[in-house]
Amino acid sequence: MSLARPSPAAPHPETFRAVGLTKTYPGETPVHALRGVNLEMYEGELVVLLGPSGSGKSTLLNILGGLDQPTSGQFFFRGRNVTAMGPRELTLYRRDNVGFVFQFYNLIPSLTARENVALVTEIATNPMTPDEALTMVGLGHRLDHFPAQLSGGEQQRVAIARAIAKRPSVLLCDEPTGALDSKTGIVVLQAIVRANQELGTTTAVITHNAVMASMADRVMRFADGQIVSIERNAKKLRPEELTW
Amino acid sequence: MVSAVRLRLLKLSMSMGLSVLNVKLLRDLWRLLGQALAIAAVVAAGVALLVATYGCLASLQLSKDAFYERYRFADVWASVKRAPNSLMEKLQNIPGIATVETRIVVDVTLDIAGMAEPARGRMISIPEGATPLLNGIELREGRLVELGRPSEVIVSESFVRAHGLTLGDSISANINGKKRTLDIVGIGLTPEYVYALAAGQIMPDDKRFGVMWMGREALAAAFDLDEAFNNVTATLLHGAVEADVLQRLDTILKPYGGVGAYGRKDQISDFFLTNELAQLASSGAIAPPIFLAVAAFLLNIVITRLVSTEREQIGLLKAFGYTDWDVGVQYMKLVATVVGLGLALGLWGGVVFGESMTDMYTQYFKFPLLAYSVNPTVFAVAALVSILAGVIGGLSAVRQAIGLSPAVAMAPPVPTTFKRTRFTHLLTRFRISQPTRMIFRHVTRWPARTAMTVAGISFSVALLIASMFFLDSVGKVIAVYFYQSERQTMTVTFVEPRGAGVEEEILRMPGVLATQPVRSVAAKLHHGPHTKRTGVNGLVMNADLNRLLGSDEKPLDPPIGGIALAEHIADELHVKVGDVITIEVLQERRPVVDVPVTQIVKQYLGFSTFMHIDEINRMMNEGPTVTGIHLLADANHVDELYTKLKNTPLVAGVALVEAALKSFQETLEGTMYVMIGFYVGFSSLIAFGVAYNSARIALSERARALASLRVLGFTREEVAYILLGELGVQTLLALPVGCLFGVGLAYAMSPMLKTDMYDFPMVINDATYGVSVLAVLVSSVVCALLVRRRVYGLDLVSVLKTRE
Repeated sequence: MSLARPSPAAPHPETFRAVGLTKTYPGETPVHALRGVNLEMYEGELVVLLGPSGSGKSTLLNILGGLDQPTSGQFFFRGRNVTAMGPRELTLYRRDNVGFVFQFYNLIPSLTARENVALVTEIATNPMTPDEALTMVGLGHRLDHFPAQLSGGEQQRVAIARAIAKRPSVLLCDEPTGALDSKTGIVVLQAIVRANQELGTTTAVITHNAVMASMADRVMRFADGQIVSIERNAKKLRPEELTW
Repeated sequence: MVSAVRLRLLKLSMSMGLSVLNVKLLRDLWRLLGQALAIAAVVAAGVALLVATYGCLASLQLSKDAFYERYRFADVWASVKRAPNSLMEKLQNIPGIATVETRIVVDVTLDIAGMAEPARGRMISIPEGATPLLNGIELREGRLVELGRPSEVIVSESFVRAHGLTLGDSISANINGKKRTLDIVGIGLTPEYVYALAAGQIMPDDKRFGVMWMGREALAAAFDLDEAFNNVTATLLHGAVEADVLQRLDTILKPYGGVGAYGRKDQISDFFLTNELAQLASSGAIAPPIFLAVAAFLLNIVITRLVSTEREQIGLLKAFGYTDWDVGVQYMKLVATVVGLGLALGLWGGVVFGESMTDMYTQYFKFPLLAYSVNPTVFAVAALVSILAGVIGGLSAVRQAIGLSPAVAMAPPVPTTFKRTRFTHLLTRFRISQPTRMIFRHVTRWPARTAMTVAGISFSVALLIASMFFLDSVGKVIAVYFYQSERQTMTVTFVEPRGAGVEEEILRMPGVLATQPVRSVAAKLHHGPHTKRTGVNGLVMNADLNRLLGSDEKPLDPPIGGIALAEHIADELHVKVGDVITIEVLQERRPVVDVPVTQIVKQYLGFSTFMHIDEINRMMNEGPTVTGIHLLADANHVDELYTKLKNTPLVAGVALVEAALKSFQETLEGTMYVMIGFYVGFSSLIAFGVAYNSARIALSERARALASLRVLGFTREEVAYILLGELGVQTLLALPVGCLFGVGLAYAMSPMLKTDMYDFPMVINDATYGVSVLAVLVSSVVCALLVRRRVYGLDLVSVLKTRE
């Protein structure tokens, strides 16, 4: 099995397709977080969603991850209409297909690195072992440490191991380096890119850090609840080539 | 809907010009509403018990004192066989006596229309057309008896009501062997029979025992006591020594067949009343502090937790220039609101509960007026102790808030460190799922907190056991006393001792299947400086009806050449088997003899002493003599037997065992069940309060982790399992601990089972453990369901963005 992906220029099957997604938070002054978003994401590609705070990118990620439902519009995962799913189906959708990486890691403090990963592998259908996943993010030697005994970068890499251990179809990362310095951030990005390349996981990374755009296959720029531009990188940079 | 209410509440508070801090207070309260209510409920339970118990106690005490004073309740009593009225002067001259009154007191059997079995009546003489000097009568209806109308009587209110009689009705009585019809002209109450108990009864029975007042001349004529009396009562001067007066009374009355003078502590009604008041006071001193301590404990964990989750806000407030004092006051206000709510609810509940408790007492204690009165002192004490509970509960948390320095408070909290312990290491040896592992890690990570929760829940199990085991104890008493010891259908007592031949006569009566003689004499037992007034009962060998039981509940034969004492009496006299005591008989020839104690027996009710019947007769220097007969009757002929007994001269009374059992049970249903019901409710409340607060705190601490799990694809049920599993483990740990603790608490409360009247055994049935455990389980499950709703409602999106 070849883990290296062919050039993304070739047409690939769709992972996501969103049509006219809007999200409005009601209130005295309603907040329009999304104002008609249309997008496609393809198998194995790495997309960076770039935009200022409040531009709607997190809202989109939440909808893609099955945490939230749009006010209107539809969105499909491999042809299945996710917007029509009930809470129970959404849970299964997340369980079987989606890996999440959060800005603040969200590890379970009472479980060791290995156990935090095992938390997910125990309920997944075809997972790798926790040890494999942790080795993949370079933490094979920190298996039995509790979150409080790990640095921020290490904690985030445990979170990535936890996200990829179930071999998800998609990996959704919300400001994964937001709480880290640039050196540690790059180590974390390396782990994400490695998962994307070796597992072929469709990966979306949210950031307001424009530098990170250069490591993506495609960059979607957000402003005011809409996608204002989509660019394809002719040449992707490796994380270690980035500086900020 | 809730958010609309919340919004309106906040708008209202803003428009009322509340300071921002007060708005925050309202918001905090709203957020903690469930927990605040649970704590307030526990405070309310403590306050309610306190207000009800002490309010009821104060009302009883007040009614008692007023009744005793207004109707001149006597201080001493003495009975004689027959003494001439001329003795009066001697009695009046006894130093220390204030007022003395002689009278005639006799027991008769009554024939009431509509009731097959005979009732017992106590006839007391009063001066015609006047009230007695002592032990006066509160006339509820009608008038006093008049001279020259010998059939007129005043009857005790409870007896009249129990039979639906009214003024003008008449009662048929067997007076000194003659059938007499008595006309009710008055209905009254007296301080002498607030608790109306006939000799040999263990519980009041209004249907079968009544007090009647009859004109002195009429009663004297009926009992051949012209110019004579058989009972003396007196009040004492302030500072008089009761023992001296009693001794002088005995000396004066001895030649006339005196049966020994006694003071209030041996007066049945006052004895019970005093005992009940003491018990009420002790239960009031035990239960409310327990509830308030639990409330303080809950307040402490909730406020401490609140302070630690709000450390950043506290730091911010201080950084803005709020003083430590402002911040401290802020949290103390929260405590005050919760305690204040509990106090208000408790005062209200206490009055309601107190009223029903007082109502219950009016059924057993006959006062002219007994109403629960709201007592300002009790209210003030309740307020004070609940404030104290609030201060104790809130102080350490508030001090923690005050002590936080702004810089420290603003820094993010140090993440909780988990370490591998021997126990958690053990976990890894087994194939345990990660969620289960989380549960055990949390339980062991905060051992003190776990211990507190386990202690709280186990405490409610213990309290349930300790409240309910009273029923087991009573059940045991009923099983042993009524079914093993008192196996006769009834006991017939005679006005005077009779020759043993009367047993044959009784055996020939319709429906009588078996008989057993009764021989009892009133006596004072002496051992060194210790004295006890009691009856000595004569028993026959191989008794089958009324049996003396050993500690193994097997029947014993009466002792030969000695006396058997109930354990309680042996304790009072400080004697053990082999010691010699002196029996001073108080009747007939009044012999004084020394006998060895050959046995000490366990008796639950009606402590007594036992000798062989022949030895009593020898001691009294009499031939075979009986004072009554126990008999077993054929249920099909019992009505004929009653008719016969009602018409038999010299029958002073008939005591039915079944009626005694029934009144015993009814009394318990009326009193114990009510109290136990309240305690069971309150204990469940504690279990709920502890479990709910513990689970809610766990939820607030782990909302973020749990929401993360939901995001990772865990179902709501799986996430709820992690949170509630911890509560489950704590509850399961608490159950056996609580059972053990319950046994301890029951032992601690067992002195309440012991009075001078009864000595209930300490028994806890398996069912009591079962019901207690079940009640706490149900309580935990209900709170788990409530918290589960919150787990289901976790906001998945917001949790990803924010740090706590």
